Amino acid sequence: MRYALLVCVPETEELSEADSERQYGEFMAFQDEMEGRGVLLARERLQPTALATTVRVRDHGLVVADGPFAETKEQIAGFYIIECADLDEAIEIASRNPGARHGTIEVRPVWEI
Amino acid sequence: MGDLALAAAQAAVTDAFRSEWGRVVGYLIRVTGNWDLAEECAQDAFERALERWPRDGVPTDPGAWLKTTARNRAFDRLRRTRVGDAKLKEMTMLTPANQPTEGGDTGIDDDRLRLMFTCCHPALPIEAQVALTLRTLAGLSTPEIARAFLIPHETMAKRLTRAKRKITVAGIAYRVPAAHRLGERLHAVLVVIYALFNEGYGASAGEELIRRELCAEAIRLGRLIAELMPDEPEALGLLSLMLIQDSRRGARVDATGELVTLEDQDRTLWDQAEIAEASRLLDRAVRLRAPGPFQLQAAIAACHAHARTAGDTDWREICVLYARLCDLVPTPVVLLNRAVAIAMADGPAAGLALVEELEQSGALRDYYLLPATRADLQRRLGRHTQAADGYRRALELAPTDAERRFLTRRLSELSSDPR
Repeated sequence: MRYALLVCVPETEELSEADSERQYGEFMAFQDEMEGRGVLLARERLQPTALATTVRVRDHGLVVADGPFAETKEQIAGFYIIECADLDEAIEIASRNPGARHGTIEVRPVWEI
Repeated sequence: MGDLALAAAQAAVTDAFRSEWGRVVGYLIRVTGNWDLAEECAQDAFERALERWPRDGVPTDPGAWLKTTARNRAFDRLRRTRVGDAKLKEMTMLTPANQPTEGGDTGIDDDRLRLMFTCCHPALPIEAQVALTLRTLAGLSTPEIARAFLIPHETMAKRLTRAKRKITVAGIAYRVPAAHRLGERLHAVLVVIYALFNEGYGASAGEELIRRELCAEAIRLGRLIAELMPDEPEALGLLSLMLIQDSRRGARVDATGELVTLEDQDRTLWDQAEIAEASRLLDRAVRLRAPGPFQLQAAIAACHAHARTAGDTDWREICVLYARLCDLVPTPVVLLNRAVAIAMADGPAAGLALVEELEQSGALRDYYLLPATRADLQRRLGRHTQAADGYRRALELAPTDAERRFLTRRLSELSSDPR
């Protein structure tokens, strides 16, 4: 089974350089572990939503705007695509992601054809 | 064939339905991986039993007969589709229907246990967990479940379909969880069974018969899990708790259908056999030396069950048990119940202070028992105006007619009081 793990964390928090470095290290350790385990198919970290652009095509044509409109506190900061046995294993992997401790990991099954 | 023989065969099918439905569905899900197919073929097998058993006699092993018949039916249906063909090759490699799975039919490797853990997977919404358990394990039909939960049939059917789809698409494994996850997952199963029980126990008006059936199903599932996992103290604790609550069934509502509080119940109506069984189960659980919330709640219920009159209740012991329960699960409802126990042991003022503290925290804002409890304590302290306000607030929030009538009665007793 393939799953996307969407790492949703609060964007508001400002981290000190030391904290930021520590957090980076934790994510790297997670990534190394999952690569070692052979479950990681893809992964990307995303720039903050302040740098996002939204695009819509409506009746009146193209609408381009700044940022997402969603008012949710947690935003997607990155994602992984993993391949593992079942949901329980995906949950176990998600629980080891550092983002799970201060944000939420959304585990979504990939649409298999 | 005589009418008697026909009736006997039909009774045998009914008995088999009670005892074998979950096993047959559980087995078919394991071999086919298809929940809908499993349910339909199990249904077919029982219909066939209704035709055959009166004519051919009841088989010596009805469970094995039903499993084989259902499996053959599944084979037939799969043979007709291409996807099914591949599945069929897989199935023929698996154990035949009349042989127990590895580990035997009891213990951790039971199909019904697999089914229970899968139905109660935390990735499913709790309402779906309860409904799915009733459908696949207890064999209630979708309309029956819909009636029991007072929601339209269509809504319940959708809820079940969505849950089954999530199990398949999201890859929820059909198995008993690994040992290191078993504790938390078992707790989730027990919570579902207790939710089922409370759904039946909470309401006493209206759909009374169906509701009672829910309590009976919950106890049956509780027995099953206590039998399959005899060394899990919380499973024994839950069964003990349900049995004690169930023992009061006949005393909870009076002849006119009005709710009777524990204090005012006619204790001679309590089912002593259920209380005795519950006590034995609790003793067994306590000897396993791993206390948990269900065991503590059962112990509290047992204190009430063993008091010959309301005045004999050992409130000191109950306070001790509540303190331990609060350490484990400090939920607002537990805190509220503890406040009531403290009011009984140390006087209404001590309890009222705790209730007011809870109220200020903003928890349980829409829970009718919070203002109702505050009002009761105020009444006992002689503060009748405040108590009346509390009962009126509780009346706005109370979920059933029986509860509203009870509160109205309390309110009118206040008004007739000269103070």
